[in-house]
Formats: sequence, C-alpha cells, structure tokens
Amino acid sequence: MRSALQHPIFSSLLFLALWQSLALLLVSPALPTPCVVFHALYGEIVSGRLPYHLGITLARLLVSFVLAMGLGTLAGIFLGQHEKLDRFFDNWLVIFLNVPALVTIILCYVWFGLTEAAAITAVVANKLPNVVVTVREGARALDRDLLEMAQAYRFGRWKTLRHVIWPQLFPYLIGASRTGIALIWKIILVVELLGRSNGMGYQLHLFFQMFNVTGILAYTIAFVTVIQLIEALLLKPLDRHAKRWRR
Amino acid sequence: MSRILIDIRNKAYPARHGSGEHRAIENLHIELGAGEFVCLVGPSGCGKTTLLNLIAGLDRQFEGTIKTDGKAKTPRIAYMFQNPRLLPWRTVRENIDLALPGGQDGKAVDHLLEVMGLSQSQGQYPERLSLGMSRRVALVRAFAIQPTLLLMDEPFVSLDAPTARRVRQLLIRVWLERPHTVMFVTHDLREAITLADRLVFLSAPPTTLLHEVAVDIPRHAREDEAEVEAFRNRLISGHPEISALL
Repeated sequence: MRSALQHPIFSSLLFLALWQSLALLLVSPALPTPCVVFHALYGEIVSGRLPYHLGITLARLLVSFVLAMGLGTLAGIFLGQHEKLDRFFDNWLVIFLNVPALVTIILCYVWFGLTEAAAITAVVANKLPNVVVTVREGARALDRDLLEMAQAYRFGRWKTLRHVIWPQLFPYLIGASRTGIALIWKIILVVELLGRSNGMGYQLHLFFQMFNVTGILAYTIAFVTVIQLIEALLLKPLDRHAKRWRR
Repeated sequence: MSRILIDIRNKAYPARHGSGEHRAIENLHIELGAGEFVCLVGPSGCGKTTLLNLIAGLDRQFEGTIKTDGKAKTPRIAYMFQNPRLLPWRTVRENIDLALPGGQDGKAVDHLLEVMGLSQSQGQYPERLSLGMSRRVALVRAFAIQPTLLLMDEPFVSLDAPTARRVRQLLIRVWLERPHTVMFVTHDLREAITLADRLVFLSAPPTTLLHEVAVDIPRHAREDEAEVEAFRNRLISGHPEISALL
C-alpha cells in the first residue's frame, strides 16, 4: 500500500482529483474542470492551431537556445582561461545578469523593431550571461594535472579539446542547458506576447483578452508536457551518458 | 639511441606576493647515457619535479639547454607523474591508446597489459581501480609509446611496501625487454639502489649536482635486500654529505 502511495501516478491522480473537486466546488469560468480543459486541448490539437503555434514557439526556442549556448560556451571558455579579461568583464556580466528580462525585450523591440530577429536577440540576450557564468566556472575548474599530462604525451590541440577539456565542461554545459531551457521557455512567451503575431505567447494573449481560462490551461498542459519530454528524452539521457564513468 | 645532455644555468620562479623570488635550480649539468637508468635522489622540495617538467617541455621558462646529441631528433618522452593522471572518463585501454603516437599498432599495448596483469581491466574506468592498479596503468601508458626517454617522478610513493616492490619488479622487467633512457626521481635511497645504473644526488635549492655514484650490484642480485643495504651503508659512510640529505 505504501509503495502504491509513492508511485508518481498516484500523486498525479491526486492532483487531478483536487483540481476536479475545487472546480466543482467553485463552479466558476475562472476554473474549469480537468475534463473541459482536456476536451479543449483535444479540439485545439485537431484544429491544427495548437501544433502550429507550439511549433513556432519551439522553433524560436531552438534557434535562441543554440545561439545562446554556442556564444555563451565560447565566451565562457575564453574568460575562464584569461584571468585579466575575466576580471575586466566580470562587472559587465553582473550588470547583464541583473537586467530584468522585460527590459531587454522592450529595448530590443524599440531598437530593432517588431521583427523576428529582435525577438530572438531578446531571448538570447537574456540567457547568454547565464551560460557564460556557468561555463566559465567549468573552464576555471579544469584539471591542470591532466592538461600537463596531455601536453607531455603530445596530445595536440584537437585531442586535448575532445578528450581532456570537453568531458570536464560537459556537466556544466548540461547544467546550463537544463536551466537554460526552463528560462528561455518562460521568456519566449513574454517576447511573443509583446511583439509577435504567432506562437504560444500570442495565443495566450488572445485567450487572456477573451478571458478564456480553459484555453490558457489547455495550452499550459501542452507546454509542460513538451518540456518534460525534452528533459526526459534528451537532457537526462545525455546527463547519464556523461556520468557513466563515475563510481 | 643517443645521449641526453641537460645543462640548466638558472631556473627561478618570479616573486609572488608574500614570497620573494625562488631560485629552484642553478648550474645543473647531467648527462644521460643511451639506455641508462638514472635515479635522481634529493631531499623533498629540491626541485626534482621542476627539473622533470623542464625536460618534458611543460615549462620553458629557464636559462639553459636540454638536447640530445647524435641525430638531433627530439627524444620521444614519456612521463610518469607522482599521481597516475588518467582521464577518469576514458577506460584503461582508451587512456593508453590516446597517448600512442599515430600509426602505432596496439600489439605492444596488449603485451604490456598482459605483463602488468591488467588485461582483464582494460574496459574499466580508472575510478574503479585501486591506486596500485592505476599506477600500473600509468606505467603501461608510459611504456606503450616506446619512449627514448622515460621520466618518472616518485611514481611509487604511497603504495604499500609489497605492492611497490611488485611494481618495481614489473618496471625493470619491461624496461629490460626494451631498454631506453630512464630518469627516475625518488627520495628513497633503497629504491634508487634497487633500480638504478647510476645515482645522482641533488642538493637543497637552489638545486645543483652534489655527487654521482654508479651502482655496481648486478641486476639479478638486487632482489637481495642485504646487498642493497650493504651498498647503502658503504655509500653513506663514504659520503657523509649524502646522509644529511636524506
């Protein structure tokens, strides 16, 4: 009985049950029952609206994620290896880390217009400092002993990078990816809400104006599911793969 | 094979906040004969590791020259560090294969793993090995690249006595199969006498050469601890300045 209680399905069912009883109790359009929401979700999927907007948002997520990770990794490795530059740019990083996401988004739209490029730039600018800081930690923590070993045995640049440096940075990159997806996901909606005419954020904005809570909840469920799938099918296996040599 | 001539006029570490300039090595001349097994003996902190790093090319900030005579080719150097320095995310076999120069096949590696009793462990990750095994893997890696010069920096410290003796025997066994120049650093005089063709005694910093002795015990007699002990006693009574180092 105890193990049944601990099963994740049980806790999910309990959550749905609570939601259902609260909705039945309130009888308000502000909180539809799970049944209604799942019905709406089904309708949105069949009509093709949800796949379209979700697809657009995922495409933006992918592009900005790749850009932020790529640029952030390069900058992080560079700063981690050059102490003087690192000290010089440290303040810049602190400033960029603390600029509120909304400010970056507004500024990007003001400076570059309500364009796709501005939207992507806004997301990347929000995520980039995070990646830099994480990867920089990794680059600082590189094992000098192993680097010396690689040098003594004439590994050369490519072998050293691939077999000595990369495996040490990998956990930091995975960490940056996981927090990165969670962060970008949330920011991208605001970006779409403020300046795009498609995507999840735009749809949510419409639902908000029409006070359509059912729609908002249906999209949220689709949303959470997709992110959980990315985490479970992509990031976790990568993480496990990177740690396979640990005791 | 050719001799290796080491001539270091000056190696100093620049002053850092809190401590002044550290003069590590001054006017040190050592000649290594082809295929000779030389043990460097000196007190701890006497710049032995610094010297090996200079020879290995890990540190180029010094005045002096390190060269081979003869065909003027740079020696192929293998370096066995104090700690095994294996890549934890690569298996034993991958660690060894990565160090091999391009174009060298794996037969020599198979043989070395066999001799060292590591054939069963080649698919393991280093974190699952004991220290003694990791040291043997590092030894295989060093021998596998078929070096002309093998540098060894107290490679057997913190092994228990029986394990250390066993690994030393293995070292000599594979070295005799394919003799090449070895520079072995230790502060253990008995270990040095057991292994070396020649002992080189170094002073406290700024390090320079104090004394050189050829070890004339035949290789087969070196398992006999009494022989080693007798040699050591002769050495110390003949050269009181050496006992001050140890």
